[in-house]
Amino acid sequence: MEYVAAAALGFLGGMLGGLVGVGGGVLFVPALVIFLDMTQVKAESTSLFAIVFVAALGAYRQHGYGNVRVRDGLVLGGFGLAGVIGGVAISNAVSGRTLELMFAALALVIAAQLVRRALKPSSPGPRARAPGRP
Amino acid sequence: MPRHRLLTLLLIGTAGGLFSGLFGVGGGTIIVPLLILWLAYGEREATGTSLLAIVIIGAYGAVAQSLYGNVNPGNAAVVGIPALVGVVAGAAVQQRIPERLVALLFAALLIATAVEFIF
Repeated sequence: MEYVAAAALGFLGGMLGGLVGVGGGVLFVPALVIFLDMTQVKAESTSLFAIVFVAALGAYRQHGYGNVRVRDGLVLGGFGLAGVIGGVAISNAVSGRTLELMFAALALVIAAQLVRRALKPSSPGPRARAPGRP
Repeated sequence: MPRHRLLTLLLIGTAGGLFSGLFGVGGGTIIVPLLILWLAYGEREATGTSLLAIVIIGAYGAVAQSLYGNVNPGNAAVVGIPALVGVVAGAAVQQRIPERLVALLFAALLIATAVEFIF
């Protein structure tokens, strides 16, 4: 039964990946912790491993639909390494609760911007602004 | 590639990686909205390009963690194999809905994640 529940959350995580371009970890991690009794660190690590394959198939399908800017994606991934190293270091130095609250605040600010932009009648978007500025 | 564009990609890639290292996810949560808001990506393009970046960013963490024995391939398959079916279905559905709806779905995901983190 636990396996069925974990598999169902896995499927939903994949759907989310195809729909909104995330890896699905936001559902994989709780599925692994709650239904397969993994610790947080092992669940996150195992989730990352699954994400690599799910994102690869998703990127392949999206490329078929003409939705992948390959060079930009490779640049983003290449530069991501510095961030990953920094993130691991910070996560070992700062309390998990502080990080969670910081992220929650950031997520809400970004969500508000996305909603405001999506609801504009004919949004010119940030094209008029200088790139690189929030 | 113009220099400011490269710098913006550097910033977004680093932010995505930071996020991945901090929370053990792929980083798409931060990459998708920044591509839309800072580089004027269309919603579908942002999600497709984000998935490609996640393959690379996720691999750094997965390789590093596997060296510590933290990766369980069997459990990864339990969630990952249904997810492979899900990602193909999700991408197919995404081509048939308006881009604005993609943005609103993403905003809903962000709000749900924020709520989960707060409580």
